Amino acid sequence: MKGKLLSCVFGFGLALTATGAMAGTLDDVKAKGFVQCGVSQGLPGFSNPDSQNNWTGMDVDFCRAVASAIFNDPSKVKFTPLSAKERFTALQSGEVDLLSRNTTWTMSRDTSLGLKFAGVMYYDGQGFMVKKGLGVNTALGLNGASVCTNTGTTTELNLADFFKANNMQYQVVAIENSDETLKAYDEGRCDVFTTDQSGLYAERLKVKNPDEHIILPEIISKEPLGPVVRQGDDAWFNVVKWTYYALLNAEELGVTQANVDEMKSSTNPEIKRLLGVPNEDGSGAGFGVGIGLDDAWAYQIIKNGGNYAEIFERNVGESTPLKIARGKNALWNKGGLQYAPPIR
Amino acid sequence: MTATTDVAGKPRVSPWNDPGKRALLIQIILLVVFAILAYEIVQNTLANLRSRNISSGFDFLSKSSGFDIIQSLVPYSSNSSYGRALFVGFLNTLLISAVSIVAATIIGFVMGIMRLSKNWLVARVATLYIEIFRNIPLLLWIFIFYSAVLKPLPGPREALTIFDSFFLSNRGLMMPRPLFGDGAWLGGVGFLLALVACWLVARGAKARQLQTGETFPVLWTSIALIIGLPLIGFALVGFPIHWEYPVLQGFNFGGGIAVIPEFMALFLALSIYTGTYIAESVRAGIMAVSHGQTEAALALGLRPGRVLRLVVVPQAMRVIIPPLASTYLSLTKNSSLAVAIGYPDLVAAGGTVLNQTGQAIEVVGIWMVVYLSLSLLTSGFMNWFNARMRLVER
Amino acid sequence: MAADPANLAYVRTEEAPLLPPPANEAGVRGWLIKNLFSSPLNSLLTILVGAFLIWLIWDTVKWGLFDAVWTGENREACTGEGVGACWPLIWDKFPQWMYGFYPIDQRWRPNLVFLIGGAALIPMLIPSVGGKLWNAMFLLIFFPLITIILLSGGHVNFLAQTYAAVIALLLLAAVIVPIAAFGLEDGLQRNRPGIILAAAALLVWLGGFLVDTPSISIGFARVNALPFFSMLLAFLAGVVSLKVALADNSGAGRSALKGWALIAGGLLLAMLLLDIDFGLEPVETSQWGGLLVTLVVAVTGIVASLPIGILLALGRRSKMPVVRMFSIVFIEIWRGVPLITVLFMSSVMLPLFLPEGVNFDKLLRALVGVALFSSAYMAEVVRAGLQAIPRGQYEGAQALGLSYWQMMAKIILPQALKISIPNIVGNFISLFKDTTLVSIIGIFDLLGIVQAGLRDANWASAASAPTGYFTVALIFWVFCFGMSRYSMFIERRLATGHKR
Repeated sequence: MKGKLLSCVFGFGLALTATGAMAGTLDDVKAKGFVQCGVSQGLPGFSNPDSQNNWTGMDVDFCRAVASAIFNDPSKVKFTPLSAKERFTALQSGEVDLLSRNTTWTMSRDTSLGLKFAGVMYYDGQGFMVKKGLGVNTALGLNGASVCTNTGTTTELNLADFFKANNMQYQVVAIENSDETLKAYDEGRCDVFTTDQSGLYAERLKVKNPDEHIILPEIISKEPLGPVVRQGDDAWFNVVKWTYYALLNAEELGVTQANVDEMKSSTNPEIKRLLGVPNEDGSGAGFGVGIGLDDAWAYQIIKNGGNYAEIFERNVGESTPLKIARGKNALWNKGGLQYAPPIR
Repeated sequence: MTATTDVAGKPRVSPWNDPGKRALLIQIILLVVFAILAYEIVQNTLANLRSRNISSGFDFLSKSSGFDIIQSLVPYSSNSSYGRALFVGFLNTLLISAVSIVAATIIGFVMGIMRLSKNWLVARVATLYIEIFRNIPLLLWIFIFYSAVLKPLPGPREALTIFDSFFLSNRGLMMPRPLFGDGAWLGGVGFLLALVACWLVARGAKARQLQTGETFPVLWTSIALIIGLPLIGFALVGFPIHWEYPVLQGFNFGGGIAVIPEFMALFLALSIYTGTYIAESVRAGIMAVSHGQTEAALALGLRPGRVLRLVVVPQAMRVIIPPLASTYLSLTKNSSLAVAIGYPDLVAAGGTVLNQTGQAIEVVGIWMVVYLSLSLLTSGFMNWFNARMRLVER
Repeated sequence: MAADPANLAYVRTEEAPLLPPPANEAGVRGWLIKNLFSSPLNSLLTILVGAFLIWLIWDTVKWGLFDAVWTGENREACTGEGVGACWPLIWDKFPQWMYGFYPIDQRWRPNLVFLIGGAALIPMLIPSVGGKLWNAMFLLIFFPLITIILLSGGHVNFLAQTYAAVIALLLLAAVIVPIAAFGLEDGLQRNRPGIILAAAALLVWLGGFLVDTPSISIGFARVNALPFFSMLLAFLAGVVSLKVALADNSGAGRSALKGWALIAGGLLLAMLLLDIDFGLEPVETSQWGGLLVTLVVAVTGIVASLPIGILLALGRRSKMPVVRMFSIVFIEIWRGVPLITVLFMSSVMLPLFLPEGVNFDKLLRALVGVALFSSAYMAEVVRAGLQAIPRGQYEGAQALGLSYWQMMAKIILPQALKISIPNIVGNFISLFKDTTLVSIIGIFDLLGIVQAGLRDANWASAASAPTGYFTVALIFWVFCFGMSRYSMFIERRLATGHKR
């Protein structure tokens, strides 16, 4: 009963909110009937609410994929918008079950914050956006510039490293709220706006005259962005990690939202294993059951939200205003870095 | 309550009805409850830190920070430690507070006196100022001033300039920086001498006025001394002082002293907003001085300006100072809203440190300790000052 | 002297006609000269200030009316040169400013809350309307309950353990019933078994902190042994005490029992109400926003800070050193630090204090921070009021044989609170303004949602920020100015010559 006094004192408060990880997160999520997912407060293409509070974006779709794997229902997910400062505490304290908020995988975060990165949803790197009028074409021409950035991110650190390494002077304007940061840039407080390159494309849509701004070609850092869970909960970690791998494997095997039903009768044993088609003797494939889910877990993911390629194209791809090419995020066999271990 | 009386007739109060013992019991219970709560919190926190693998302790203060800060009064770079980053933030808090306190006091006194002016329009304008500024949240004012500072100002390449040495743009106000050469210490000596001389003059003037009733222009003499003596000091060594002028280099100005827009916005918002509170205290203080004092002074033939300066304000100060102290304190605390627009004060710098290290408890603890000691220091000083002012009372 | 008065040419027989006052002292001109142009310096000031004022008013009017854009669909309408206010932005965003991301088809719920709150508040604010006690009870007890259920959707799913714990606590509290009914001495005598059982329950419960006991199975669930026993003992203690109270026929027992039953029943009823599924769609607090959140934060702070503040003020003036010390430390710590650090603490540090698995909603955490912060300020206001009460009032009350709480509740506090009303309202105003700080920790209050709205690419233009800030400033101003005027009105009304 240690640790129960406060629960009694705050009995009402406790009851008003969802109770978190008493047992394993997976059991907990199953018990409460939804996944509580931490996302960013608004980044087009990754997690962005419209005025009706409907969320869209890659990070959001990943949360939905996890919900599909568990409940076969992508709507069984609740989103908690988190600032850069709050995100780790929110995950550590169990306020959210899963952090899918364009978070960079770094060693210190992986080891000393009690977090565990489940994979890399998006290979990114930090870039710069400047006004065309400045006549700058390369990041090396930014000596003396003032730079607007969001405080409390790896961006701030990379920035210091980059300018120091190239022996250039700069002035940093670090602001708490990402919207305020962009506003300061837009109003001319800074010459340069910096964040992850994917974010730059998204933020460029939000400035007054998007055409007057260009994104410099340099990428000054590695920013592998991925979903994060708490350390020490392997069952939940496996679910999240393999949801991500299932998305990749589905793309590799050509299983899409449209053809997933016919693919069920495919003869390819890899596809059969992915979709959890029962063996000929009628026994289950066993992969989903092995991680505490239904055997049709991957089928549910694809059926409800599509594979990795579909999620990518839908949210940030060429057909969207962001127009981001697959680049490093292409599959390994198409020249990219996305690679999933096989399901067997 | 009936106290039972025993055979001897001496009233024997049962422990329940003895106020002393009852109070003791209540206090013991309170202590136990608090001890349990504290134990519980410490246990929870330790368990949480352990299970989440979060490191604790103040070791992180000596690690290199890796981020830069836009305004620092002491040398600082991304190689400096987290501890130094916090120190830079602390100095910035002190700077903005000190400057805003001075400005707010001036605004407050002017407006408070204006509000009592016999000129109807002037009084109304002061009222308007007070009612508008104090009924709108400070944070909103900070945003408004931030966008008011940024919006109309041109970029650095089209900066407004005075004599090519002061530049005003949306990167801030750039000013020349004095660089002192050899022998410049004589100027400093001159300044110190001037201070001592001012003090002596003030004392002498007071003594003379007490004896002969004649006044002496202390203010003007002091100003002349404070400007003159350091100048003489510099002149003796041939003005070893250079000015580093701000120069447009590429995107921005280099050299000189820069007053960043965040500072300007915060300074304007803090001093104008807090000025309303000071104005109200000043008004209350002046109204607390009985009208007879003014009339008597006027009857003695003092001019209205002197009545205010020599009779009313000194008496009003006694009423004004206590609320003034708490106003100064709240201004200092309010300066933490700097975090909203990115002025690197203690809270903003601490927030970044918190974020990069994840050590929430330590950083929040540092915040609390610093602000608490600032509060205690300010209120201690104000109490002392208050006591001194009280001594004047006869 | 028999002079004929008729021959004295210099004696008036009738009153001389009244001359008009000198032109310089009467009428508009007199007023002008007296108030605006009494001296050269004054004249100069008048002209300067007047010119400034005219310029200011003209500019504002020009910006807000003549140059303003009144209709439009998006930013295109407001991007022109020399455009003043961009009002279509306000028409478009206003619902969001009021409700945040609250689902559109559910907006009748906050509306209903506003309506009920307004309907209950207005008679409360008009001094001549009676029934203040019931009105206050409704506002402080039922209205918050209604608000929680309506806004969040209710149906909170209390755990069985929570019910058990609350019932156990209530029964434990029932030990006091005989004491309240028959006085301390007699009550203790009659309820000896109950007291012993309660003490045992507390001891066992405390023991649960020191030793970890194995969990035992009680059929349907596994529980920790010691706390479970402590709960059983608490149940027994309560039942025994209630029986003692019931056994008495004098009526005192029954009335005390009634009081207890009212509180216990009310609490359980409130829990049940919160637990019942009314079929309202649940709306998470992260979807609340705008003025709704501003009001929720402000009202919670106000409602919570008053009782806590009164207790702290009494504690600070208590003769018990421990109580006094705790109160002083609490008050000075909260008053010594900026609210923003308190909010950061509640958002990043509080989760570390709580046992694993216990989470607070973000808004609730901020509410706790705001309430504690404002109660420290409230405590000082109430303390000032307490200090202003003449010593004779305390002595008179004590001479009548009133106990401490009777003296406070019936004599001192009513007077102290009455003279503190202006300051209490002043505190409310600053609390109301301070609610904007929650936007820094990412809660979309009125200011936060306005800021977010200004970033909307659809409306990004040079005119949008001034328009948005102007409107939100106006909203805040109306609230704060209204409150300060109301406090002046009450101050005048309550001025019954207490000034010494």
